[in-house]
Amino acid sequence: MPVITFIEFDGTEHQVDADAGISIMETALKHNIPGIDADCGGSAVCGTCHCFVQAGGPLPAVDPQEESMLGLRPDRAEDSRLGCQVVISDEMGDLTVKLPEFQM
Amino acid sequence: MFRMNQAVTQIDGLPDPLTTPLDELDVSDPRRFEHDTWQPLFERLRRESPVHYQSYGPGGEGSEGDFWSITRFADIMEVEKNWQAFSSEPSIAILDPEPDMVVQMFISTDPPLHDDQRRAVQGVVAPRNLQEFEKLIRQRTQDTLAALPVGETFNWVEKVSIDLTTKMLATLFDFPYDMRHKLTEWSDAATSDERITAGEGLTIDERRVIMMEMLEAFTTLWHQHKASDQESFDLIRMLQKDPKTADMVDDPLSYMGNLMLLIVGGNDTTRNSMTGGVFYLNENPGEYDKLKKDVGLIPSMVSEIIRYQTPLPHMRRTTTRDVELGGKLIPKGSRVVLWYASGNRDSDVIPEADSFIIDRPNVRNHLSFGMGIHRCMGNRLAEMQLRVLWEEIMKRFEHIEVVGAPKRICNNFVRGYHELPVRVHPRR
Repeated sequence: MPVITFIEFDGTEHQVDADAGISIMETALKHNIPGIDADCGGSAVCGTCHCFVQAGGPLPAVDPQEESMLGLRPDRAEDSRLGCQVVISDEMGDLTVKLPEFQM
Repeated sequence: MFRMNQAVTQIDGLPDPLTTPLDELDVSDPRRFEHDTWQPLFERLRRESPVHYQSYGPGGEGSEGDFWSITRFADIMEVEKNWQAFSSEPSIAILDPEPDMVVQMFISTDPPLHDDQRRAVQGVVAPRNLQEFEKLIRQRTQDTLAALPVGETFNWVEKVSIDLTTKMLATLFDFPYDMRHKLTEWSDAATSDERITAGEGLTIDERRVIMMEMLEAFTTLWHQHKASDQESFDLIRMLQKDPKTADMVDDPLSYMGNLMLLIVGGNDTTRNSMTGGVFYLNENPGEYDKLKKDVGLIPSMVSEIIRYQTPLPHMRRTTTRDVELGGKLIPKGSRVVLWYASGNRDSDVIPEADSFIIDRPNVRNHLSFGMGIHRCMGNRLAEMQLRVLWEEIMKRFEHIEVVGAPKRICNNFVRGYHELPVRVHPRR
C-alpha cells in the first residue's frame, strides 16, 4: 500500500496511507486535505484537482482529455496531473503530491 | 410563435408542456423563463426525449435554426468533453451570428486559437489577483449596503446587483469610473437580440450601432492604456502584455468579440445571482434560518445559488461530424443546445435537484460554469463577489425581505431579473 505525502503550497505536510484503486483526488478528499476542489467530481472537465505528482514507479500516461485541461492551468509544470485521473496502484510506490497555490 | 389552435392553460401564454405533443412545443421559448414555468417541460424532455430534435428555430415555426436539445446532466458533460466533435464555432448561443457582424471571441473558438487567447487573459482572475481585488470589492459592497434606504421598498436589482457588478467590471477593465453605466448598456445590448426575447430586445441594426460605440470606446482605451506608465492588473493591459494578443486591437472583430465576452461574462451572470440569492432565501425560509444560525455556510450557499439560478440557461455547440449521442444520430453541422438549466435540475445526478438547499453535499458539482476547456474562467471571481456580498449583508441586516413578485427577464440565454422589490431590516 503506497504512502502519499501531500504538501500544501505553504509547506504543510500530510502523510496518508493510500488505498489502491482510488484516485489521488478521492484520497485527498477522503483525508480532508485542503487545496483540491474537485468541482466536477472526477470527470477531467474542471481542472480543479490539479496537483504536482512525483512517484517511485510509473504513472498512467496523460490522455488527451487530461492534457486539454492541464494545458490551461496558469501554473502548469512538468509533473502536473489531474488528481482524478491518477488511480493509485501498488506499482507506483510512494507518492509525493504537491498542491498548487490555487485552483481555478 | 403563438398559434391560435392550441389550448392555452398556462400563465406564460404557452401550450401545456405536459400534454401537448413534444414536436409542437418550442423548447427555446423565452417566455417560460420570464414566467419561471420552464421546469416541467425540461423534466419531461429528460425523461422522454433527452436528445431532442426541433425542426424550427427560435424564430418560431417555419423559421431557420433547427436545433437539438440536450437536457440531462450526464449527456451535457459528455458533449462538453468532446470539443472536437462538438465545436464552439461559429456561435455558443442558439442563434447563429449575423453574417456581417461575425466577431471572434475565444468562447466561440476551438483550440489552438482558443487556448492562446484564454491563456493571455485568465491570469487577471487567477485567485492570486482575486486577493487584491477582494479589498476593493469589500469596500464597495460596504458602501453600497450602507446607502440602502431603510423603511421603504426598493428594487434590489438596481440598487445592489447592477450597482456592484458594474463597478466590478469598470475595475477589471480600468474603465473610466464615471462612464461605467455604458458597460451595463453594452453588455445588455450584446445579449438582447429580439429573436431570443420574444420581440422585446433590440433589432440587429440597433445592436450594431451600440456595438460599434463600444468598439470605439475600447479602441481609445487600448491606446490610452498603452501610452500610460501606470502598473495595473486590468484585462486590457494583460492582453497587451502577452505576445499572442499584443496586437489584438488591430483586428477589430477579434478585439470586440473578446471584449464582449469579458463584459458579458462578468456582468449579468453575477448580477442575477446576487438577486437570485435574496429571492431563494425568501422562498425557502428554512434555508435562510440555517444561514442566520451559521454564516460559515456562505461559501456553500454561493455555489447553491449559482446552481439554482443557472444565469446562462444554455450554451450551444455545432457538430463537426455525424455523432451518436443517447442512441440518436446527430448529423454533421447540427446545432446542439446544452440546457444547463435542465442539467442542474437532473435528479439522476443531483438529489432533490429542484430544492434550494444551501448545505447540500457536492454543492460545487453543477453546470452553471460549464465544463471542459471552456469552463468559465471567472468562476472564482463570481464566487468571491457573492461571498463578500453575503458576508457584508449578514453583518448589517437581520433580514432582507422580499415584498413583491420578481419581474424576470424574457430571454432564453440569460436567466435573470429586472426587478425584485425588497425591504431591508438592519441589525439593532
